[in-house]
Amino acid sequence: MKIKLVSSIVFATSLMAQGAHAETLRLLTWGGYAPEEVIAKFEAETGHTVEVTTSNNEEMIAKLRATNGGGFDLAQPSQDRITSAQEEFGIYKPIDMSRVNAELFIPSMLSATAGNTTYNGEVYGLPHVWGTSGLVVNTAQAGDVQDYTDLCDASVSGKVSYRLKRPTLIGFAYSMGLDPFAAYADTEAYQGILDQVEAKLTECKPNVKTYWEGGDEIKNLLRSGEVVASMAWDTGGWQLNADNPDITFVAPESGALGWIDTFVLPARGRADDAAYDWINFVMQPEIAAMITNTAGNFTAAVDGDAAVSADLKARYQGSFDQSAIDNIKWYPPVPAGLEAIEGATLDRINAAN
Amino acid sequence: MTVSPDLVCRDLVKDFDSFRAVDHVTFEVPQGSFFSILGPSGCGKTTLLRMIAGFQSPSSGDLLIKGRSMLGVPPNKRPVSMVFQHLALFPTMNIGDNVGFGLRQRGVARSEIKARVTQVLERVGLPGFSERRVEQLSGGQKQRVAIARCMVLEPDVLLLDEPLGALDLKLREHMKIELKALQSEFNTTFVYITHDQSEALVMSDKVAVMNHGRFEQIGTPHEIYYDPKTAFVAGFVGDANRFDAKVSAKSGSALSMVTEAGTQIEVETDASNLSVGQGAEVFLRPEAIELAKAQADLTVKTNTSVGVVTSVFFNGANSMVSLKDAKAGMSFNVALPQTGAFADLQPGDEVYTSWHPAKARCYAHDGA
Amino acid sequence: MSSDASRLGFYLLIAPLLLWLVVLILLPHIGLFAVSISEKTGVREYEIGFGNYAAFFTEPLYWRTFARTAIMSILATVLTLLLGFPIAYYIAKLTRGRTKTTLFLMCMIPFWVSELVRTYGWMILLRETGVFSNALQYIGLTTGPIEFLYNDAAIMVGLVYTSILFMVVPLVTTLDSLDDSLIEAGYDLGGTSFSVMREIVIPHAMPGIVSGCIVVFMLSLGNYLTPILLGGKDSLWFTGMIYTQFITRFNWELGSAFGFLLLALSSLVVFVGLKLSRQSLTETMGR
Repeated sequence: MKIKLVSSIVFATSLMAQGAHAETLRLLTWGGYAPEEVIAKFEAETGHTVEVTTSNNEEMIAKLRATNGGGFDLAQPSQDRITSAQEEFGIYKPIDMSRVNAELFIPSMLSATAGNTTYNGEVYGLPHVWGTSGLVVNTAQAGDVQDYTDLCDASVSGKVSYRLKRPTLIGFAYSMGLDPFAAYADTEAYQGILDQVEAKLTECKPNVKTYWEGGDEIKNLLRSGEVVASMAWDTGGWQLNADNPDITFVAPESGALGWIDTFVLPARGRADDAAYDWINFVMQPEIAAMITNTAGNFTAAVDGDAAVSADLKARYQGSFDQSAIDNIKWYPPVPAGLEAIEGATLDRINAAN
Repeated sequence: MTVSPDLVCRDLVKDFDSFRAVDHVTFEVPQGSFFSILGPSGCGKTTLLRMIAGFQSPSSGDLLIKGRSMLGVPPNKRPVSMVFQHLALFPTMNIGDNVGFGLRQRGVARSEIKARVTQVLERVGLPGFSERRVEQLSGGQKQRVAIARCMVLEPDVLLLDEPLGALDLKLREHMKIELKALQSEFNTTFVYITHDQSEALVMSDKVAVMNHGRFEQIGTPHEIYYDPKTAFVAGFVGDANRFDAKVSAKSGSALSMVTEAGTQIEVETDASNLSVGQGAEVFLRPEAIELAKAQADLTVKTNTSVGVVTSVFFNGANSMVSLKDAKAGMSFNVALPQTGAFADLQPGDEVYTSWHPAKARCYAHDGA
Repeated sequence: MSSDASRLGFYLLIAPLLLWLVVLILLPHIGLFAVSISEKTGVREYEIGFGNYAAFFTEPLYWRTFARTAIMSILATVLTLLLGFPIAYYIAKLTRGRTKTTLFLMCMIPFWVSELVRTYGWMILLRETGVFSNALQYIGLTTGPIEFLYNDAAIMVGLVYTSILFMVVPLVTTLDSLDDSLIEAGYDLGGTSFSVMREIVIPHAMPGIVSGCIVVFMLSLGNYLTPILLGGKDSLWFTGMIYTQFITRFNWELGSAFGFLLLALSSLVVFVGLKLSRQSLTETMGR
């Protein structure tokens, strides 16, 4: 406790000192990860200014690729998409661990992320927000949907939606008793898995109302009752649960898919000082709780859940018992070139009639 | 059995939101005649023509063509054709297709259309023009195409909406004669509207002078010019000197009047509605005034006076001088005789004038 | 001396045009072309070749998607013309003054909000629990909810709605320039409404029709949001495919090749359209 107090005093003083060199932090992140109040606090404390661009994994990589890693000072892709992008495009620079206050991070997550984002012996990513994707179900109308493959059941025909993206392929694969993550390194075996999933998803297509594209779209579909079961993120389910107690996030029997969004430094970022300041700032427990309350997902901050609203905690516990948590399938790093194989499969499913 | 006139208008009225464009107009146009409607812009003549063509419907009154009422008959069902002010030739078609347009609408066989188009183009003096584009034609040629396009349909009445307005003067003079020739060639009833008195006078069998939606007078060009029934006609058709005067004595048709400037004039008129003491407008044509360098040379001995030339307007056969009356200071114009006898007149010269009392026209002041 | 000055003036005048052409049109296309002819052989290894273009023709999914996109766009263009022509005719010929301006503005109102919002608007109207479905149930025409969304007809509605202004504007301009007396002359010479339309109005409006059709076709072909959001699970659209190649597949090489093929093939469609309607591009765009 004492050490913590001392370290935070040191930390605060260092923030004061750096305030002399105010910078503009161009942050490429997800919606909800940089709430207005957090930015205001950060700007007041450090003198830096923050410009936020919200995006998603794929667009983050595309944006950084287009500028060879320029245009932003801090980005937040998921940990499984870092090494392959670094290998192909060289868009990130390594993290200088000496400038990170490691005590703010949950040690197991810090080391797991470091392991997954190491390329050529250098660590590229720090964990920030984590969550899962699984099923969001209207339990009153589709209580039988317990796993991904249940979405293809005739009882929910025409009232089902999922994305036509790689998580769907992987989720269905697990649900069909396959292990796609284990086959990541073996292209042929992976192709074999994809072929089985393709057959299943093609067969399932008449059951689908639409392939959703954005988070608001699927929330609207579920809220209006047009869709009763869907693949989606846990937070979406919990948000809907607040309005309609029948709808909630269900961790699939075959396991929810776990992701961790990280902090990475774009290769040509200019405001590294501000970037490290931001990382150290938002990982403080009370700030982390503020982010959890807006984003809906928990963070890798030590004691970050202490100040999180009781409702959110209750919903989380409702969706995940200990066995469900143990069953979470964490995404391993995606090998370079895997997206191309998956893309062809997705194209064929999309074109199938 | 009497042959019904080609066109009859009875008490035709057209009201717009805020004003009456055509006010109780009644006239007849016999078959084969050239009828002009002459009036200043805004007098309602275009509205009248558009009612005959069917683009506007009358508020009241009746309109008959060959004895058949045209009320409620749409323009494409009326036996009239119209030559538009800017001719309205279809720029996307060649001349042959323009002329053949109406026949195509009637479902005439292709070969017959071709023959009739060729024939009518010959009659208007444009043989072999079928394949030309509209923009390749001169103004006069376009004019003839526009007439051919109507005449090929053999309409009962051809309406012409100031078609010469866009032409230059020389061509306009030429087209007046040509139009008249075409009309007698086709022997079709023409109804022609214009604000140009010379067009109306030269071509027409009958002229109607229109003002403020009413017909002021219908008559032959000669009647209109020499015997205008209203002050408006006297002032609008041809040049005229106009004076305001008061009747000072009356004896039968002979009147003695005093102009505003104080000159005594003698006038002979059938205007029985004038009485002593009443104000009137007097119109006198410039060519009705005799001019002499010495008083003794005047052949007409009434209404003589002495004037000073203030300016000379040389215009060939239509030359005039402007004079100022020596006593009363009244200004008026006098036409120079075409003999060229007064060609040497200069401003400041003194001349003698006189005119016959019967040459003047008097109209009582409206209301005053 | 003076000729030097005027030459300088000339270069200054032409500079923005050249800048625009080179920086915004020429350079990106050269860059895109360079990317499109590089084939990936390994991690950060590329060689020059036309394999990406070959992929378009050998993989049926790709060229079928293009064909579908082109046919749907042509259909959308025809529908837009059929709907836009009467609107334009009404605005240009049958209204005057303030009414005309008001109607014109009303055509533009949808463009005051972003395309995304417009598309969401249509989703609210067409969805199963949306306005149309509820209205039909309310007046008793159906007993259960009806899904209007997520099919080709919904895409068509969205495309026509998005592009109608670009059809109406050139049509109003050309129809405005049609002298009313030409129409009256048509009736006067015995023409019916149909024949006046066919022989006088439409030939006159042809440049406007063609330029409107080209713009609408290109807009539909290049539309991305409307087909994806309104089309649902079968909404294959070529621009969506390009987006996927660029963003989710990280395959810029194939995406660039698709971009060039879209440019070439859509130009071909426009060229064929011009030939069929016997119009020339200079005549259409030069007016």
